[in-house]
Amino acid sequence: MQIRYAVFTPILCRTQRFNCAINNTRLQMLFTQTVPGAIYLLATVSPRLDRYITLVKAYKMSMELDVFVGNTTIMDMEVYQLWLDGLTVSDAVKVRMDEGALLECEANPEVLTSDTMDQFRTFQMCERLLHSPTKLGSQLLYQIPAQNQIILIERYYEFDSVFAREVLGKKLSKGTKKDLDDISCKTGITLKSCRRQFDNFKRVFKVVEELKGPLVENIQRHFLLSDTLARDYAAIVFFANSRFETGKRKLQYLSFQDFAFCAGQLISYWTIGAMDSMMEDMDVDLEKEFLNELKDLKVLVNDKDMMDQHKILVCAALRGKIKVYKLMEVNFKNLSRALVNLASKLTHTKDVRDLFIDLVEKFIEPCRYDRWTVAEITLFLTHYTNAAHCLGTFRHQMIWDRYMGVIKSSQCSPLLHLSLIKVNYLSPTPSISSVSPPVNILNELNTFLICKL
Amino acid sequence: MPGKLKAKIVAGRHLPVMDRASDLTDAFVEVKFGNTTFKTDVFPKSLNPQWNSEWFKFEVDDEDLQDEPLQITVLDHDTYSANDAIGKVYIDIDPLLSCEAATVISGWLPIYDTIHGIRGEINVLVKVDLFNDLNRFRQSSCGVKFFCTTSIPRCYRVALVHGFVEELVVNEDPEYQWIDRIRTPRASNEARQRLISLMSGELQRKIGLKVLEMGGNAVVGYLQCFDLEGESGLVVRAIGTACTLDKLSPGTDSKEPVFSEDPPHSLSGPPTPLRTLPSSSPPPFSPSKPCSRQSSSSDTDLSLTPRIGKTSPASSPSPPLSAPFLIPTQKLTEFPIFTLTCFPPGFLVHVGGVVSTRSVKLLDRIHNPDEPETRDAWWEEIRQEIKSHAKALGCHAVVGYSESTSICEEVCILSASGTAAMLNPRFMREGCLDTGGSDHRLSRQPHPGMVGSERGEGEVSSTWLGFEDASPPSCGFVHIPYDEFNMPFPAQLTYCYHCRRQKVPDVLFTTIDLPAEAEVTGKGCLIQARLCRTKKKAQGEVNATSISNLLPFMEYELHTQLMNKLKLRSMNALFGLRIQISVGENMLLGLASATGVYLSALPAPGGIQIAGKTPSDLSYDQHISTMQKRIDDTIAKNKELYNIHPPECIEEVVGSPIPDRQRSSRLFRSTSESSDELSELDLSHGKKDAFVLEIDDTDAVEDIQSLLTDAPIPAGFYSCNTEVMPGIHNWTSGLQMFTSVRVYRLSNANLTNQGLNKIFTDLCENLLKSLYFKLRSMIPCCLCHLNFTVAVPEEELIQVRGHTYLSTPLLLWSGENEEQLQFSMELCGESTISNNQPTAKPSAPSVDYGSFADRCSTWLELLRLKAHTIRRGSVKTISSSERCSPLPEGRSRSLRSTRSLPCGAPVTVVKMTPLSFLPGTRIVKYLGIINMFFIRETTSLREEGGVSGFLHSFIAEVFAMVRAHVAALGGNALVSYSMKECVFMENPNKNQAQCLINVSGDAVIFIRESDQEAIPPLLTSRQTSSTGADGTT
Repeated sequence: MQIRYAVFTPILCRTQRFNCAINNTRLQMLFTQTVPGAIYLLATVSPRLDRYITLVKAYKMSMELDVFVGNTTIMDMEVYQLWLDGLTVSDAVKVRMDEGALLECEANPEVLTSDTMDQFRTFQMCERLLHSPTKLGSQLLYQIPAQNQIILIERYYEFDSVFAREVLGKKLSKGTKKDLDDISCKTGITLKSCRRQFDNFKRVFKVVEELKGPLVENIQRHFLLSDTLARDYAAIVFFANSRFETGKRKLQYLSFQDFAFCAGQLISYWTIGAMDSMMEDMDVDLEKEFLNELKDLKVLVNDKDMMDQHKILVCAALRGKIKVYKLMEVNFKNLSRALVNLASKLTHTKDVRDLFIDLVEKFIEPCRYDRWTVAEITLFLTHYTNAAHCLGTFRHQMIWDRYMGVIKSSQCSPLLHLSLIKVNYLSPTPSISSVSPPVNILNELNTFLICKL
Repeated sequence: MPGKLKAKIVAGRHLPVMDRASDLTDAFVEVKFGNTTFKTDVFPKSLNPQWNSEWFKFEVDDEDLQDEPLQITVLDHDTYSANDAIGKVYIDIDPLLSCEAATVISGWLPIYDTIHGIRGEINVLVKVDLFNDLNRFRQSSCGVKFFCTTSIPRCYRVALVHGFVEELVVNEDPEYQWIDRIRTPRASNEARQRLISLMSGELQRKIGLKVLEMGGNAVVGYLQCFDLEGESGLVVRAIGTACTLDKLSPGTDSKEPVFSEDPPHSLSGPPTPLRTLPSSSPPPFSPSKPCSRQSSSSDTDLSLTPRIGKTSPASSPSPPLSAPFLIPTQKLTEFPIFTLTCFPPGFLVHVGGVVSTRSVKLLDRIHNPDEPETRDAWWEEIRQEIKSHAKALGCHAVVGYSESTSICEEVCILSASGTAAMLNPRFMREGCLDTGGSDHRLSRQPHPGMVGSERGEGEVSSTWLGFEDASPPSCGFVHIPYDEFNMPFPAQLTYCYHCRRQKVPDVLFTTIDLPAEAEVTGKGCLIQARLCRTKKKAQGEVNATSISNLLPFMEYELHTQLMNKLKLRSMNALFGLRIQISVGENMLLGLASATGVYLSALPAPGGIQIAGKTPSDLSYDQHISTMQKRIDDTIAKNKELYNIHPPECIEEVVGSPIPDRQRSSRLFRSTSESSDELSELDLSHGKKDAFVLEIDDTDAVEDIQSLLTDAPIPAGFYSCNTEVMPGIHNWTSGLQMFTSVRVYRLSNANLTNQGLNKIFTDLCENLLKSLYFKLRSMIPCCLCHLNFTVAVPEEELIQVRGHTYLSTPLLLWSGENEEQLQFSMELCGESTISNNQPTAKPSAPSVDYGSFADRCSTWLELLRLKAHTIRRGSVKTISSSERCSPLPEGRSRSLRSTRSLPCGAPVTVVKMTPLSFLPGTRIVKYLGIINMFFIRETTSLREEGGVSGFLHSFIAEVFAMVRAHVAALGGNALVSYSMKECVFMENPNKNQAQCLINVSGDAVIFIRESDQEAIPPLLTSRQTSSTGADGTT
């Protein structure tokens, strides 16, 4: 309970009487706040009159109740953000003061505190409704303008990608929730905010988990989120469901957005919904059948003829086009084996979880060792994929395309761009269709080729 | 005669989980009216049940229809144990009983439980088939319309004003019955809610009967209050003004402009033609004339009281007025008292000033609820007193009348206040002719619209013209109604600055809204006087006596404060004055709020001068002069702030309006013309040695402090407690309403008066500051209808309750093309203190301290014109020779707001406002009165977020329920909203709290003005219905 300031009039009266009696003695008054909540008034009447030094406990007045309710619920979106960030009222008041809130309307700290408390209470009461955003529109308790409702929901479900990166792929269980304080320490996000974000993930996960139909649309329908935010949630749900390993040190360089992109690719290539949108598809799970069929790709490395043929095709296509051609030619079999083995192993859940770490260890790191550029890898993978089609004896074209679709587009761009190239050649958000490398890389390629020739 | 009530339960949604095992609910519904109960089937395992029941039909007396609410209880079916109640919905059938109001109640209504709050919603359909009852001796009064609005409702026209109606019902409070010891809190709360619902229904029916008896068909300015007298019972009382209203047909609508329906609107609204009218010519007002024919028939109930009103207006100063008025006095045994605060132009002839009465009573157990004579007698006494005060002011009527109580243990202060006024005798006579026989009146009723109005128009406009000779409309009302040689109190009279013919006082206090025709200079502002006085704890008679003794001094102080603050803002009139005195165990709190304005017709107020008592000391002199400088600076600053310009500037303006011309012409003539004008100027200078205030006197210091410590309003904000902000004319239709409640606890019991005063002032200032801060995003805006309420519920606990209304109209003014927002807000600060007393002594004899207290309490108003209020010390009030511009600059340059906020989404947005209108919109239909009473209790206070969380959610719930009921009636706004009662009790040790809230208002359908222009009148009704349909979906 906030304690209010005091009133000094009786003391002033007394000192005034002093003034009459003593006449011309200097009056000194000190206001001290020794104990929070009570203000003491120290009246010193000249050094000679020490005995008059009095410590008077001033009146304190506490505000028991302070409520402000509007017919239309008024919300300050800046305060809302502070609340979402998990700040306490006093911290929020400090932040607001620093931002210069006191300059407006001749406010004082009390007014600011009262306003902040009130807003926080309003948000807290609305929180229940925000848990099921569809209800927010039909509930009668708070009259909130439609555009504000949208903002309220969107902001409530927004999350810190740093936090999301930490939780990504973990089971959204009580156990993880207990570890939130560690994450809070690590990321600098308040525990309260972490809990809210975690609960949001869990809530969305619970609702969408068993639903049929496209994941993103389901999330949008039930939580009224914007398209981008719904996609991010889809990634979180997808990772949480498949429990992909993302916490390993070798994967640390990848941001949440990188993984979200990968998730998008996985959803669009490897789930049931990816193939037949009419079917009652489940976007959340990888298609078991497909993963089983990936075993058949082994033929690409097991059949020596096919492998050689494949190599010849790829080499023919890439000759003169990449700097690392020599190394590629030498390592082709290893690289191909790595990729195909990766595919064939995916029948085991454990290996599915380790998809990313395996990719990095088996494919990306060798390439990195050989100083490949992203453009080179992209080009290689494109031709590597296409060349398989030309193999007369290879019959698993469709599976191959689905598999390589993910590897090619997602693994190549985001997984690699930070690891391989210290220089940022790629734009920060690589798109799926960016098979053609950016201009500067092309230029580099050109100069390289010119030198070579 | 019976009516048939039909109800259908359609569906429920968002129900709470009642069965933990399945996380679902097996809900069914009980529909109860009177003693008949119906049940729906159980809809198993769902939180969104679809009952789609048959129509439940109740055949009941229309008397019951008026009294009883329809009770809908939602329960959870339980096979093995008793069914659990989820919650209830009470539906007031009354709006369905009038053919002009709503026809069906249909929509989602929140299911409310007194312990858990809102628990889901239920969709119901309610209809009534009413068979008309023409029996003379019937007990019902179906069809009488009720309006909380204190002006003539927008889409109606007054045919007759019949006068004051009042009624009072008492009962035992269920909370204090023996049975309360054994029943659950829920049962007790529900019993209380039901009882109050019943009582208010009964009250409304009884008032309706009185209105029918008088020949009216509506009650305007209906004000219903609860007195929770604790042990001694529960009193529900209501007052209102009986009228015969004619509905304006769409045809007349378009022909007769806004004005005939809404005088205040013309003030606020954009119509530019009207702006120029008040000063120029009366004809445009003529359409409104027929509205104001009115009778002043006596209230039968009041006829018990001595008939002293007969010869009242003898002292009336204007001979043409007294003559016609005297004719009907044989019928006019009583003064007319009107609860209205807004009047059609020309209705008010003169305004005398505020009259108020307070009476301290000791409460006694009500022994026989059917014979509420004691309470009746108390109020009659008070009304009688008010009448005699009005008479003393030479007035024959009281307008803007209201009553209130403050109860602490067994002591009760009854207060009534109003504004003494002379009403237009022409209207009176017209009315009185009608009062010849009630049959006659009734027979006239059927054809008032066309014939009556036309006849009236011709006639009245001519009378008006005749009347205008005496006093032009824009300044007439400020002319003194009393005899200048026989004044009831010392006053400073001058000739009217507008017409130069009649005498006017130098200051005018009123409880009414600013009349539409009034000429205002600059802008208005909120003025508050706050006062705290300690008293000894006492019981019974001793207590009552000490309160009685304190009251007059409090009123005096409040008045002085108001006067000083008024001068500080260089204004000369107060409107909407509301003085609230609340009693606690060891202190009395007084809070007076009003809107100050500069009336062009009144003389410019003098400044304030301070002088020391014994200016011997040099430093002392210095102190005083700095003080004086500060005051002068403040006055100058305020003049700038409120746009009150000295006349010199204005005179140079080419084509300045009439009052200005008159003024300037007067300046030229002043030397040659009349000598008494000069003497009058001398008189005003004679005021110099007025206010005496000792600087070293603590009281005086406090006074000056309170004068100067009033925090300035942040730029962009305006505030007033009247319906419209004087001096601001362009409003946007965006509005926002708030309620704010604060409770403070004083921890130190040994408080002095000054200490308390300071605290109290700070509380009010802080509340305002908080509001300004909250609403800063809406700048520029105006807080209108700002209404503070204070109460002292517990020992050392100051409860400042505020409900705050805020409308955000967009305005364009003072020539700048910037968008300005304006709000209106009603705010009740409630401040409460009481001490735990040993249980009240039973049956203490009710002693009447009334007359004693009353006499003293009216001091305040008698002092109204006292410029020479002598106080210890020397604050001098000088009437300066400067005169303020009679023309607000905003007016001439005011632009019509062209932009209105985007129309709300198809979702039912229900607006709530304490104003009687919505700026920028037009009310097309009144759907009936909303009068709801809720109790909320909790035994898990901490879990609900403490007292603040508890009250916050409760108020939000009340708003939600009000909105839902308005929407179910097909409306999209609630006007004249007020939160009459907000009683909060807590026991933190037991983790408990309880709160009672009573709200009321008029449900309406409004359309935006822009829409209306686009749609021909015939279509509007169709659109209305579609709006209504939207509302129900």
